[in-house]
Amino acid sequence: MNEIVQFENVGLRYGAGVETLSDLSFTLYPGSFYFLTGASGAGKTSLLKLLYLAQRPSRGLIRLFGEDAVTMSRERLPGFRRRIGVVFQDFRLVPHLSAFDNIALPLRVSGVKEKDLTTPVAEMLDWVGLGDRAEARPATLSGGEQQRVAIARAVIGRPEILVADEPTGNVDPEMAVRLLQLFEALNTLGTTIVVATHDIHLLSKVPGAQMMKLEKGGLSDPTGSLRNPPLPRDRA
Amino acid sequence: MLSLFVIPGHDRRLIPEGRLSGPMPWVIAIMIFLMVLATATGLAFAEAGRNVSDQLSSRATVQIIQANPDIKAQQANDAAARLRGMALIEEVRVLPSEEIEELIAPWLGQTAEMQNNSEADSLLDDIPLPALIDLKLIRPAGKKELEQLRAAIKPLAEGARVEPSSGLIAPVISLVQSLQWIAFGLVALLAMATAAAVIISARAALNTHKETIGVIHLLGGTDRQISRLFQRRIALDALLGGLLGLICGTAIILLLGMQLSALGSGLVQSLGLSWYSWLIIGAVPILGMTLAMVTARMTVMGALRKIL
Repeated sequence: MNEIVQFENVGLRYGAGVETLSDLSFTLYPGSFYFLTGASGAGKTSLLKLLYLAQRPSRGLIRLFGEDAVTMSRERLPGFRRRIGVVFQDFRLVPHLSAFDNIALPLRVSGVKEKDLTTPVAEMLDWVGLGDRAEARPATLSGGEQQRVAIARAVIGRPEILVADEPTGNVDPEMAVRLLQLFEALNTLGTTIVVATHDIHLLSKVPGAQMMKLEKGGLSDPTGSLRNPPLPRDRA
Repeated sequence: MLSLFVIPGHDRRLIPEGRLSGPMPWVIAIMIFLMVLATATGLAFAEAGRNVSDQLSSRATVQIIQANPDIKAQQANDAAARLRGMALIEEVRVLPSEEIEELIAPWLGQTAEMQNNSEADSLLDDIPLPALIDLKLIRPAGKKELEQLRAAIKPLAEGARVEPSSGLIAPVISLVQSLQWIAFGLVALLAMATAAAVIISARAALNTHKETIGVIHLLGGTDRQISRLFQRRIALDALLGGLLGLICGTAIILLLGMQLSALGSGLVQSLGLSWYSWLIIGAVPILGMTLAMVTARMTVMGALRKIL
């Protein structure tokens, strides 16, 4: 199987500080589902930033979709970013845009025509249970609703990789399960899913998912062979 | 450039726009107003200089200096006759002595009321005024033409002088040209000040919308897509401000034009604006808008290049 993401001895340092991430080596495969766990401050968000090309590593090699993402020119980054869906921990919704426009944003950035995006955005709004809040601005939405808009925005473009940073942090357990089901459905369609969470109970909800555990900026299994601990759904 | 104004509405909403809401359109309006005035001043001086220069470049004056009035008159008539026969000459006019006296009267402290005064008459009689012949040549009076004229007159009047009229007004033309370049220099300085204002405004707008820009970037938006939004916003601000500045500036120019016409004297009256000068003045807001847009684009692209 061809790898979709490959990290080799990757280190990340902010400014002149100590390394936030060090000697990360692992491989992610297309169509797989990964949980990234670790205590707060272990470096989960930093690792995700490298994955969604918001940051370049201080050292090491990152290959994304078979290409070197470390030395890739800035001009090529947008094209790669469009293949990656991101659910930010702080949602990062555009405050003056409606829920509809926020969700439509990745499609508009990609140049999808207006007539071709109305239906998928409306369907996505319905799917996350916000069909009646299409025109609502983020400030008028609850934390959970904002998170659902953020998730809808991340998946609307059918990305090849979906990176989610604590995507269920602000939703009730029922909605958390529904969101994971959405991720699973996308995964079934071939999207590689990487979900960062400190909620170990989530791990049991997705059978077949693999786990990466970060400890103090490094993988707990330094060989990079990912463990597969989630229990089958019926035992969760 | 047109594509700037046809950005789809949903894209335009990415960066909130408010017409005439910030200081930018007003700053640009003031800058364009001053630029219009400075441009009009520069163009008016340029045209005045050109008009005067054109009028005088083919003119020359022959001065016949002779103490004996009878010989002087004879020499003047002979010279005029010789000059009329030359192919180089279009028009010859011997100035009557009354006209010469009138010309020098202001320098002698004469007033109209005093001109019949016997004291004034005797003063003029005591001054050995030269005979003057005004010439209009068929082409500008250059060195070669002046030599031809001198050669033709010398055998008839030994002490005659031939002076190009343009030489008499050269210091004035030089001053007019200096004023013209000062005005154009002011336009350049104002353009630089406008660019500086746009840079500050673009940076402030970038800072205000930093979060939104970050999100668009991470969703795959290109620098060009983002900079277009700012370019459009600043172009519209500049267009609105520019039109306002143009209207106010034009009103002032027309008002000053009417007042200058009323003065009705020499060089001042030649301070007019031709149709092509008006075209240039009309283009000032468009140039201002283009300058603002290019500056905004360079500022935004430069700032975006600093982030991944």
